[in-house]
Amino acid sequence: MTEQEILAGLGEIIEEIAGVPADEVTPGKSFVDDLDIDSLSMVEIAVAAQDKFGVEIPDDQLKDLTTVQDVVNFVIKNAGSSA
Amino acid sequence: MTSTESVSSFTSFPPAAGARIMSLGGYQPANVVTNDELAARVDTSDEWIRSRVGIVSRRVAGPDESVADMAVVAGGKALAGSGLSPADIDLVIVATCSAEAAIPNTSAVVAHRLGIVAPGAYDLNAACAGFCYALATASDAVRVGTARHVLVIGSEKMTAWIDPYDRSTCIIFADGAGAAVVGPVADGEPPGIGPVVWGSAGDMASKIAIPDRRSYMYQEGQAVFRWATTTLHPIAAQACERAGVDVSDLTAFVPHQANLRIIEAIARRLGVPRERLADDIVHAGNTSSASIPLALSRMAERGEAKAGSPALLLGFGAGMCYAAQVVTVP
Repeated sequence: MTEQEILAGLGEIIEEIAGVPADEVTPGKSFVDDLDIDSLSMVEIAVAAQDKFGVEIPDDQLKDLTTVQDVVNFVIKNAGSSA
Repeated sequence: MTSTESVSSFTSFPPAAGARIMSLGGYQPANVVTNDELAARVDTSDEWIRSRVGIVSRRVAGPDESVADMAVVAGGKALAGSGLSPADIDLVIVATCSAEAAIPNTSAVVAHRLGIVAPGAYDLNAACAGFCYALATASDAVRVGTARHVLVIGSEKMTAWIDPYDRSTCIIFADGAGAAVVGPVADGEPPGIGPVVWGSAGDMASKIAIPDRRSYMYQEGQAVFRWATTTLHPIAAQACERAGVDVSDLTAFVPHQANLRIIEAIARRLGVPRERLADDIVHAGNTSSASIPLALSRMAERGEAKAGSPALLLGFGAGMCYAAQVVTVP
């Protein structure tokens, strides 16, 4: 999985769950400040990301993932361990 | 001696082929608390509450209004609707997790106040899943013959256990009671209460707790949200399968009114259209074990849940207890 593939997959997830157009999901965006995504939607995104990428994002680590790039980096870092 | 007779000799009544809900009843305290009133006390807003939990207003019991008081009103309505007399009730089960005291049990007090003389009476604590657990045990009692008619009540004064200054809980929880009379089906009729699918996840029990009698209720919202939206829809689907009912045939899906976003997510995953989802939480708040019978009785009254049609109930909550069953709307 390349960084681009993860970003595209994350865009699809966020569009479906939060109704934010996928092309607005760019690396530097903050979930709360730029995309207006709240903590419960973040949980839904984490669950969908687990299904799509095979990487579990626990609640205690989810709170530290504040930008789109943070999630992409998390998936890349953990993809090997849980795949 | 036939096998039926040998079973009967241990029980009070002939076994029934199945049980059904005969009638429903609900009670809500008069006091309406709006989001704006809460926003005047804690750091929150109407918009924030609506978007996070989907609640517009909730009902809160008065200081002198007890779990038993509310149970008596809801139970009395259900009893009146059944056409039975108090003498016909053999068993009273009150599902509650918010009783003022552990002793005496609420059910014996409620039975006495309703004029039901010397029934079996016990309280059942499966938190927000309590009504579905109680309905399953009532159905079993009727089928086996340990009772003929059972009064099942969910009654909660959650606000007594909530820190009024904790915005993570005070915006959600509320008070109320709901009840059902359970009795046998007529000969040859199919059961009106389907097989229960139930369980618990005690490993997660600390996620929703009142640690001791001097503490307020605490919950980890994100963890509960994740658990509820990922583990419960297969349980609900299994309850439909065991009842032989297709999800598309349900007249209503009545999950515990925990949080609108949780129940909308479960309904979506289950494939239940939004208009068939109970959303009583919007004006009732989360009333724990009372929420399902309150929502079902209101939907039945308004004709949104059609009499004689199947409705799916799904209770879930603390202890991470859950239970689902399909019932025929009375």
